[in-house]
Amino acid sequence: MDKLILYMQYPFVRYALIVGTLIALCSSLLGVTLVLRRFSFIGDGLSHVAFGAIAIASVCNLTNKMLLVLPVTVACAIFLLKSGQNTKIKGDASIAMISVGALAFGYLLMNVFGTSANLTGDVCSTLFGSTSILTLTAFEVWLCVILSAVSVLLFILFYNKIFAVTFDENFAKAVGTKVDTYNLLIAMVIAVIIVLAMNLVGSLLISALIIFPALSAMRIFDSFSKVTILSALISVLCALSGILISIVAGTPVGSTIVATQAVMFAICCVLGKLGGKLA
Amino acid sequence: MALLTVKNLKLGYESDVILDGLSFTVDKGDYLCIVGENGSGKSTLMKTLLGLMKPLGGEILTSDGLSRNEIGYLPQQTLVQRDFPASVWEIVLSGCQNSRRLNFFYSKKDKALARKNIERMGLNSYMYKCYRDLSGGQQQRVLLARALCAAKEVLLLDEPVAGLDPIVTAEMYDLIDSLNNDGITIIMISHDIAAATRYASHILHISSDLFYGTKDEYLRANTSNSFIGIHDSDLLKGKIVNG
Repeated sequence: MDKLILYMQYPFVRYALIVGTLIALCSSLLGVTLVLRRFSFIGDGLSHVAFGAIAIASVCNLTNKMLLVLPVTVACAIFLLKSGQNTKIKGDASIAMISVGALAFGYLLMNVFGTSANLTGDVCSTLFGSTSILTLTAFEVWLCVILSAVSVLLFILFYNKIFAVTFDENFAKAVGTKVDTYNLLIAMVIAVIIVLAMNLVGSLLISALIIFPALSAMRIFDSFSKVTILSALISVLCALSGILISIVAGTPVGSTIVATQAVMFAICCVLGKLGGKLA
Repeated sequence: MALLTVKNLKLGYESDVILDGLSFTVDKGDYLCIVGENGSGKSTLMKTLLGLMKPLGGEILTSDGLSRNEIGYLPQQTLVQRDFPASVWEIVLSGCQNSRRLNFFYSKKDKALARKNIERMGLNSYMYKCYRDLSGGQQQRVLLARALCAAKEVLLLDEPVAGLDPIVTAEMYDLIDSLNNDGITIIMISHDIAAATRYASHILHISSDLFYGTKDEYLRANTSNSFIGIHDSDLLKGKIVNG
């Protein structure tokens, strides 16, 4: 406990907690609709795309990688959600294709043109999340706060539309809801959140932030609103405790958070079985 | 004055024309059944009526102040919906999305409308139950209540009894019939020719030769006999294969 209080005096620990909580909140909100629309893997796919983009950015020696990574990821997100339904290559296959493709090209680029002395270390920290969450600058924290606030605001405003589009796209379209616009919006917000979340847990573990809270909440509750709220709570709780544990125990931040999520999922499963479904 | 007038409609996907020269009208209070084999273009016609697809030719006119997105639509269930965590209330309320104004939240009027339609479908005691825990017939009634929220006066039903057992099927038909008696215009796509001839006032038969007319005209025409004939021989084949 003393150790914790001691650590809390450092600004970088407070930054990490703020950013971690916000990212967890945003990703869990959209996670519910993604899981229900069978797009669980989109987080994985997009984060690999972001990895590829980071590789290109570092090869080109860009000082601000975000400028390249964000647009590329957003473009891919739009492409994936749009091509989801009526194409020859089905949603899951195209996600898998893009994700491994980007991963391979990213690593290839870094290997061939890389200037860094510690290539394996760089790649590893991009994939599994690094201590970079503990080295955030004030600018990055503010960027994250603003983008998260915008995401949450958009989600609350369009909550009813998101529900309608998730539950029944054709019906929504038939009564005149602009389904395509909302899909676009969802895709863009997801892409932004994923790029932000790469700092926290790394490319390979991002899916966990998106799907675990939603799936855990679905074990317990039976209505969309309650599932959404609970998944947000679970996600924030797990992110906070994950970061704190990793600080105290000296474990990697990303994998500790995901491990916490997995344990939470198991608890929710048991609770769901024991208590039956609460209405 | 006809609510819906279809003139010389041509349907299909780019080079592939499924249906050509289709004309019919739907008047207020009609009960139109659209029958035809699989692949004859029923679903394409329905999507076009709803404005989800553009026709290749011809036109669809609406009148009496009916706009295209005021047609209530009961779609077939999708895979996603089977295990969707949503309460009956949430789903029915989602029928009140209105395209004309950008409203983020549902108004009191919307909520009253949703409540009224839940009551109308006899779902009062299921209001806060989860959709996936309901039986097939109850789920259909939830979707029907949602369609009613979106509908001014026309309901378009896409095989509303698919996958229901005979008793629930009969209940469903009675329910639709009672809505029709309340003055709601019904357009229904169906495979069930017996029910179509029993409940509908008009029938549109889509196949190589198109038929549109009242039920009595349909029964006198040959089209129905050949359709029923095809059914019988299919059943026979099925029997032989199975056993």
